[in-house]
Amino acid sequence: MPPVTRGFVGRRKRDPRLPPGQYDVGDQWPVLTAEPAPNLDTARWTFRIDGLVDHSVEWNWDEIRALPRERWDGDIHCVTTWTKFGMTWDGIPLDALLEAAGPLPEARYVVAHSHTGYTTNLPLADITGGRAWLAFAAASAPERPAPLTREHGGPARLLVPHLYFWKSAKWVAGLRLLADDDPGFWERNGYHDRGDPWAEQRFQGD
Amino acid sequence: METTSRKTLRWQLATVLEVRDEAPKVRTFRLGLDGPATHLPGQYYVLRLTAEDGYTAQRSYSVASAPHGRPEIELTVERLDDGEVSEFLHDVVVPGDVLEVRGPVGGWFAWDGAGPALLVGGGSGQVPLAAMLRHARALGRPELVRMVLSVRTPRGLYYGDELRGPEVHPVFTKVAPEGSRRPAGRLRLDDVAPLVRGGETAFVCGSPAFADAAAALLTEAGLPPAAIRIEQFGPTGA
Repeated sequence: MPPVTRGFVGRRKRDPRLPPGQYDVGDQWPVLTAEPAPNLDTARWTFRIDGLVDHSVEWNWDEIRALPRERWDGDIHCVTTWTKFGMTWDGIPLDALLEAAGPLPEARYVVAHSHTGYTTNLPLADITGGRAWLAFAAASAPERPAPLTREHGGPARLLVPHLYFWKSAKWVAGLRLLADDDPGFWERNGYHDRGDPWAEQRFQGD
Repeated sequence: METTSRKTLRWQLATVLEVRDEAPKVRTFRLGLDGPATHLPGQYYVLRLTAEDGYTAQRSYSVASAPHGRPEIELTVERLDDGEVSEFLHDVVVPGDVLEVRGPVGGWFAWDGAGPALLVGGGSGQVPLAAMLRHARALGRPELVRMVLSVRTPRGLYYGDELRGPEVHPVFTKVAPEGSRRPAGRLRLDDVAPLVRGGETAFVCGSPAFADAAAALLTEAGLPPAAIRIEQFGPTGA
């Protein structure tokens, strides 16, 4: 256990939904990006899956909006220590998109890349099995989700809610399947390669 | 560029050497480290507090001081209402206390002093930019940086007289100093456009609303989006 800080008692009555080191941000939804938020025109927007797949697939906006969608209700966790409870999201399960491309047996990792050039790496196992979505809409409560704003990654971002939220790439443009892990933007700048909030995997070496 | 090494990511004990007021609700904490400060201006440290029952809270704070080779850093912290860590730092911490820190962390919003930089900060966004200005001056290359600071009133400028000088262009949004030629008001295109010369990297730091507006002005002034790096903090409605 770390040494006790003189005089620090912290918040009492901790919500069990909070992973260690996190706090409840309440109704707010902070915006944290490293680059200017782009204005993406859905008329030219695409999402592509390639790399170690049977065949690469690319969808345009109309094609992807025609696919069956799912709703996800739950909490999201940012490495900067805020947690937002009780969100509602609307998107397409990545399982369905990956199935269309046909991952090869040797594919074990993914690099998600954005229209801005942002990248983040994920184990393939973390975005399959009904735990990750390509999301178009969100709400701060169990209500009808609204289209994602530009600041929150609109028109589409990843939603990987069981990992810290930098893995849920905003303005996502595609997934590349790989045999080996290939650290992305923040991961090369010191952040963890997986980012499990319950294990406090914030930085490399955690 | 990889600037966060595994060595920097171990927790170390830091002794509070000095606590100083910068502005209303804004305080600087000078911390003694177990080795020389090696951060790049713009990087931050993570600070962790631990209660007797094992409960911990950690937050990240930008380093305000330049890398100077001495075993100490300065973190400047704004006291946020209901801020679990910032309230504790402001209300409880005194010189002699021991805090846990690790860092430096972050390699994107960091300036190594090699090329020209346009620094645009709002409110406590002054902190990492001050480290960059101090570094440029310490290198004897103040001409490498140009700095625009947006603060509500003259009291909102941190670090005494340090954020003054030919490199610094303060913009006051609520109350301008007496005799000021620029009336109080939000950052505008003509505040930043004359400082864009081409070839620089822009470092924008402030609230999300400020950062978004400042990035839009810089783009309008001709900077390519790829030359703009942003660090945002603080909550926003969504």
